[in-house]
Amino acid sequence: MTATLEQPKASVRHRLAEKGVDRVLWLLVPGAVFVILLFVYPFLYGLQLSFQPKGGGNPFQNYITFFSDEYLAETVWITLRLGLPAALFNVLASIPIAFRMRGRFRGKRALTTLLVIPITLGTVLTAEGLLAFFGPTGWFNRIWLALGADEPAKLTHNYWGVLFSLIITGFPFAFLLTLSYLSGIDPTLEQAAATLGASRRQRFRTITMPLLAPGLAVTFCLSFVLAFSVFPSAVMVGNPAGETHVMSIAAYETALRDNDFAMGSAIAMLMALVMLIVIGVVLIWRTTLYRGATGGKG
Amino acid sequence: MTSHISGQRFAELHLDHVQRAFGDTVALKGMDLTIKGGEFVALLGPSGCGKSTALNCLAGLLPLTGGRITLDGKRIDDLPPEKRGFGMVFQNYALFPHMSVRRNIGFGLSMRKTPKAELKRRVDEAVRLVQLEEHQHKFPAQLSGGQQQRVAIARAIVLEPPLVLMDEPLSNLDAALRLEMRTEIRRLHQSLGLTTVYVTHDQEEALALADRLVVLRLGEVQQVGSPEEVYAHPVNQYVAGFMGYRNMIPVDVTSQEGEHATVHTDDGIKLVGVKREELTGQAVAAVRPEDFTVVSEVGENTLEAVVEIVEYHGREQAVEARLRNGSPLHIRTNSRLAPGDTIRLKVPVERVLVFS
Repeated sequence: MTATLEQPKASVRHRLAEKGVDRVLWLLVPGAVFVILLFVYPFLYGLQLSFQPKGGGNPFQNYITFFSDEYLAETVWITLRLGLPAALFNVLASIPIAFRMRGRFRGKRALTTLLVIPITLGTVLTAEGLLAFFGPTGWFNRIWLALGADEPAKLTHNYWGVLFSLIITGFPFAFLLTLSYLSGIDPTLEQAAATLGASRRQRFRTITMPLLAPGLAVTFCLSFVLAFSVFPSAVMVGNPAGETHVMSIAAYETALRDNDFAMGSAIAMLMALVMLIVIGVVLIWRTTLYRGATGGKG
Repeated sequence: MTSHISGQRFAELHLDHVQRAFGDTVALKGMDLTIKGGEFVALLGPSGCGKSTALNCLAGLLPLTGGRITLDGKRIDDLPPEKRGFGMVFQNYALFPHMSVRRNIGFGLSMRKTPKAELKRRVDEAVRLVQLEEHQHKFPAQLSGGQQQRVAIARAIVLEPPLVLMDEPLSNLDAALRLEMRTEIRRLHQSLGLTTVYVTHDQEEALALADRLVVLRLGEVQQVGSPEEVYAHPVNQYVAGFMGYRNMIPVDVTSQEGEHATVHTDDGIKLVGVKREELTGQAVAAVRPEDFTVVSEVGENTLEAVVEIVEYHGREQAVEARLRNGSPLHIRTNSRLAPGDTIRLKVPVERVLVFS
């Protein structure tokens, strides 16, 4: 066709830019290198290692061992029993507080700081604080006994100690995320609902919740991942040989105490798989929700 | 148009010294206003004049810091918005993005636990009223600005509220659509007779729509009156400026007799105009750009000016000229002028308003 021949041919650079290939792509390099070196490579290395059992033979032997050894198989439930309630509690507790923290009021900054400070403390300090506060001679039990209890409540070196620790360290994340999602919802939507006769409760149920839910799903996933990989607090305020023998402890012990790196990798892979399943379920549920703009104008 | 939608008429909504302060700044300084059932009232003023504050106070979205609002003698300013039952159209429409057009429109009815069949019938009717039949199953994000606006209006009026509040509903639309929706709002008001309070900063919009205008400035009511009254007889310089009196010529008062005042500029041009306020010494003569006519001979109320800038507006020209003493003058005229022309302008006595 002569018509197209006569048209000046767009330069290669221009045509690539149309498809999004231009020099800005170089900005991705540091991130890509980082991900490949520190995530993709170790992950793939661990994956192939998990299929090379120490004693040789069946490549799936490590996985078979994991599920046939009750002490190991149990770690999945132990970890889920900690991670799911901690994440759920943190997300649910952050909703009313974030709801109250919208808008401006006196002392907002002080209150936000107070709520976010646990992030800076680190797990070890939190665990020590818990031991001192909830321990058999801690403030909590002194008051508990003074109120007439027969014996101190056992809240450390067991399930509860670890759960408290996960809630304390995980809450600030959940709160900050929920607050930012909530602030993204146009306040005039609720005002509009009010002028249409919706009570406070109806507004929350029909407007705020549906618009917030996708954000809550993401918040839950991140909180869950954080809680599921619990390690220091499970050792310090938990009972690492028994009821808080979580997956990360099992992997650590197998790999570094028993020197079975292949088995340790297999446990780590299963840990990732469990997390992926939970996140997958939550994100599939999320696709059923409205996920568009929440800025009001649609 | 036949429609079953009609507001529950009230006799009188009374704002009694309604005041609203934000910290130390008083956004609304004791507003008194009586709105009769079926009326279309426009609150007019520039941003920061308190018009939106007044509207939010009426809706119940802002608590008053003083005064009271009564509806047929019953006090309502202590009721939350959901108990007042006034419809409101927001500036950004505030459509629920996760609901279809139908569910948006039916939201208020479903909050009131309206039976399904009735809800369907009334939503159908509202959809038909704002001509959104084709779009009723879409979501707000799939609609154009004008369609979103229609949904917002339908959502507010489907409840047949005693009062509809509109907060600059046309300000987000482009010029052509704004005119179209303006006519639409007027048509809806005429056919449904819903009492409406309409907030705008656009005097043309207010004049076109309202039965009564309330001009506000810095939280204070300047003038209340019919469009004709406010347009032709502004009570002060501020309202005059807002009503299109673009030329504010500084003058000295020579003499006053009855309704008229004779004034002169500092270089001796004499003007006779209508006295709108008590005058002493210095004053301002306000003239609309379109009230000047270009004449050839010197006569009474004639000014001489040099044309500086000419804008072509089709039928008319908008001209900026300068008087001998250097003050600028805005003129709209059919005569074809060119920059540099020296022109004589005549203005009728009754079209010159003299303010102190």
